[in-house]
Amino acid sequence: MLLPRRYRGAHAAAGPLLYVRPTPNAALGEWVTIRVPGQPDRRGQVIDAGADVSVVQVLEDTLGLAPATADVTLTGEAATAVVGRELLGRVLTGVGQPADGLPPPVGEAVRPIWAAPLNAVRRERPRDFIETGVSAIDGMNTLVRGQKLPVFSGPGLPGLELAAQIVEGARAPRGEAFAVVFVGIGITARETDMFLERFERSGARERSVLYLNETRDPTIERLLAPRVALAQAEFLAFEAGMHVLVVIADVTHYCEALREIATAREEIPGRRGYPGYLYTDLAGIFERAGIVRDRSGSLTQIPIVTMPDDDITHPIPDLTGYITEGQLVLSRDLHRRGVYPPIDVLPSLSRLMGAGIGADRTRAGHREWADQLYATYARGREARLMATIVGVASLPEADRRALDFAERFERELVGQGETRRDIDETFAMGWRLLDALPREDLTRIPEAVWAARHQETS
Amino acid sequence: MTVARIERLSGALAEARPLREVALYELVRVGARGLLGEVIRVDGDRAVIQVYEDTMGLCVGEAVSPTGAPLEVMLGPGLLGSVVDGVGRPLQRLADATGDFIRPGTAVDTLDPDRKWAFTPLVASGQRVSAGDVLGTVEERPGFVHRILVPPGTDGAVERIRRGEFRVTEAMARLAGGRDLFLSHRWSVRNPRPIARRLSSRRPFLTGQRVCDFLFPAAEGGAVAVPGGFGTGKTVIEQSLARHAAADVVVYVGCGERGNEMAEVLEEFPRLTDPRSGRSLMDRTVLVVNTSNMPVVAREASVYVGIAIAEYYRDQGYRVALMADSLSRWAEALREIAARLQEMPGEEGYPTYLGNRLGKFYERAGLVRALGEPSREGAVTLISAISPPGGDFSEPVTQASLRVAGALWALDPALAHQRQFPAVDWEVSYSLEAGALTPWFAEHVGPDWAACRSRTLELLQRERELREIAGLVGPEALQDGDRLLLEAARIVRETVLAQSAYDPNDANSPPDKTYRLARLADALRSTALAALDAGATFESLNLAAAGAALAAVRRAAATDLDARTAEAEAAVAALAVPPGQAGQVTP
Ligand SMILES: Nc1ncnc2c1ncn2[C@@H]1O[C@H](COP(=O)(O)OP(=O)(O)OP(=O)(O)O)[C@@H](O)[C@H]1O
Ligand SMILES: [Mg+2]
Repeated sequence: MLLPRRYRGAHAAAGPLLYVRPTPNAALGEWVTIRVPGQPDRRGQVIDAGADVSVVQVLEDTLGLAPATADVTLTGEAATAVVGRELLGRVLTGVGQPADGLPPPVGEAVRPIWAAPLNAVRRERPRDFIETGVSAIDGMNTLVRGQKLPVFSGPGLPGLELAAQIVEGARAPRGEAFAVVFVGIGITARETDMFLERFERSGARERSVLYLNETRDPTIERLLAPRVALAQAEFLAFEAGMHVLVVIADVTHYCEALREIATAREEIPGRRGYPGYLYTDLAGIFERAGIVRDRSGSLTQIPIVTMPDDDITHPIPDLTGYITEGQLVLSRDLHRRGVYPPIDVLPSLSRLMGAGIGADRTRAGHREWADQLYATYARGREARLMATIVGVASLPEADRRALDFAERFERELVGQGETRRDIDETFAMGWRLLDALPREDLTRIPEAVWAARHQETS
Repeated sequence: MTVARIERLSGALAEARPLREVALYELVRVGARGLLGEVIRVDGDRAVIQVYEDTMGLCVGEAVSPTGAPLEVMLGPGLLGSVVDGVGRPLQRLADATGDFIRPGTAVDTLDPDRKWAFTPLVASGQRVSAGDVLGTVEERPGFVHRILVPPGTDGAVERIRRGEFRVTEAMARLAGGRDLFLSHRWSVRNPRPIARRLSSRRPFLTGQRVCDFLFPAAEGGAVAVPGGFGTGKTVIEQSLARHAAADVVVYVGCGERGNEMAEVLEEFPRLTDPRSGRSLMDRTVLVVNTSNMPVVAREASVYVGIAIAEYYRDQGYRVALMADSLSRWAEALREIAARLQEMPGEEGYPTYLGNRLGKFYERAGLVRALGEPSREGAVTLISAISPPGGDFSEPVTQASLRVAGALWALDPALAHQRQFPAVDWEVSYSLEAGALTPWFAEHVGPDWAACRSRTLELLQRERELREIAGLVGPEALQDGDRLLLEAARIVRETVLAQSAYDPNDANSPPDKTYRLARLADALRSTALAALDAGATFESLNLAAAGAALAAVRRAAATDLDARTAEAEAAVAALAVPPGQAGQVTP
């Protein structure tokens, strides 16, 4: 272990960077404290270590920082966070300091925030159904424990509201309550209040930890906040054996911070100015979801991604989609028409759905039921498009039926509002919509599923 | 001699000096924990090293020691069924050493050093052997013969060779002059293994996926590029092939992708049986895993580790399939390292040598005559997934791949959204090998294979034109013949091209089943058209019944296949309306 090394005066400063020399034994990533008389202490991290000169990235604003008068200490320690069950119920800053007026948490352990990757042979395959109470998710895009399933939202769309609703409504198979780790990254005070208030109301506060990096907080803290939060979430999940839901809002703000810092470091920009390592960086966050063999907890992530310009091919949603196990896509069109939650099921997908549904998990025939709803809805959407060109009247009969179906599907099944539906109610609702169609339209429902269903209802 | 020390650390790169004697691509041990690294630049006595493991906490002034060898993988019995990281370390033994989370600096060899193998010699003392000759065999898995080869670059007279049980590092033979031979040897992964010669392939690489085998077949020893945006089904295709493709050995490289996908393979493969051998699927599989949260530099190495293992089994005379998911992550790793080195970026920030490196990698696929005696033919077929940003194929990795791949299976997000899986876009995809493979299909599956294929492609092409028209005038306004073609094309899409990876009866389609379905759909179209010609109307044709009968063939269990086929044939035949009755069907 390295001992602290103290420097009176730094060699140079530029933007968020401080240059210290000589540094014959600086460690990559080590934590740095910076003192300037008459100013609050600052923290930083060695991002480039050299025998001659090392580069320290300063967390706080560097306005007024005179390198010559700075007292710089390389601490020899890595960035860590205090973690533990007693953090539940607390509101902390993005770097884990109290934001609720209470004393700093003591916690049960101190953990590095840059976690080692989970060995793939030690991963347990996720398969336990999480009932969120949202039909478009439970029925059509089932979430399972250990999954990372982002919400692709757009500016002004209720992505955060949906996340809050999922968190409040989530029930595990045997009814175990979820602990919630919420990381707000660069979100507004209004959004924070909304989340806090809903948590208060639903009684979710005692089982949640909130890490809030507000818009006015230093940019670099945005990069630390999800990692601090995940260190806590991993402790709860893999050491305290809890089932943890992590909501990260908003990944877009995180990526913008990353871009800003990459630019300050004069790195070669990649697509739309985002650094070329954005994929790897995001993967370092999202891949921390999962289940570890022989440990009882789980870590499920619901990141919120605001698609700039509603563009799903923008690098942020694009790279997110390449890492996560599906996505829930919100639609501006549904939102305009007053459908809440405005989940567009066509581009949405839960890749782990298959493992989480079926007879002993949700219900027999779930797959076929969902396939049929999906197929008829897709046909209705296509018919809707065609109707705008050729008119409803010149559509074939079956297309017209699908068109009506699509309307009802959006209003009744997807647009459930704030109410919570259990999985049985979701199924019943879906069948009700399908019942309006003749049997020959239901090509995805095999005879066996059809018969089983009619036995049940009679 | 002075010890070399780290002078600078930046991301995954370390600079150290004095290191005057090191070679490019030489492996070094970095720092007190001995992290694995590779020399990628030498400038005077200063070397730039890319480190395969997490560099956080590494310290300026820590020692660096050269190993004298490049990145190598140990090749020998025990590879099958194993899961190794991007530099060839078995993940299970890493877990045994450091627990659930990977800690840098753990040294473990690819092969189990303690396990003993029963070796049966095939050459005798006194015999001259040279590179690639089969020295003897080991039963690596029940029924799987692992041929122990004379390592490339080695020859001489056998001084002694012994039958018996050996560890992979125990010599079971010695050549005159004192060179020991082992059950295993090391091979530098960036070097292609030598072969006697390349052969041109006239045999298909059978995937069990109808759309691939029927419309865009790959040759054994060929290379296929599978680009597609996120969620279009690349991994499902790669995994389906790993399960069902006709290969003796499958090397699956999870390059910068998800840990849960690896967990899925690890959970399922040991339980599934390979119908060809009757053994567990895991027994023919080697997994190379560098998930997206593992160090980037090892990602760059992982595809080479994978292909070196594949070539090794090829040299033993096996048909090997290499699944790379995804080559884009490999290219991005290359880009990340190049950026750190401040190299002049080319297109989209990729280094200018991207195309060259990619081409060399693809070149390692092939059907070959292996070096040495007895004469053996082996193949490495490469199926590489590509993840183009925004799903746009004009980007460098897709384009560079297209220059060298023999087939393209382009995945289309629109098809994926329609849940038309595999979402292989039949308008964009192609196979340069289809012509050369025609005789094989004619001989082994059915004489009409190629003709049926062209009619199907033609129908799909026609469908596209008709849909455009229908979109303008409404489907009802089309003529009966055109409405029929639209319907016939829909049936082709839903029963021939679509294939569910999750339906046990459908997930794998042997060529015979593929041919049946394709011919039924083709007959459906021609019979119905003839009926129209004979005076029937579109409405009078019971296409729904025929379509349903075809769908039943698609979903039939192997034991029911003949019965369902007969029913479908009857349903198709029933479409033919005797000319005299046409007027009675519709007023
Ligand atoms: N043949 C198939 N049968 C049924 N479903 C499929 C098939 N192919 C793909 N899918 C569906 O598409 C989803 C996404 O597929 P997959 O994970 O292979 O995408 P991908 O192209 O590898 O995406 P990424 O680039 O993000 O890794 C699957 O989870 C599954 O739901
Ligand atoms: Mg994939």
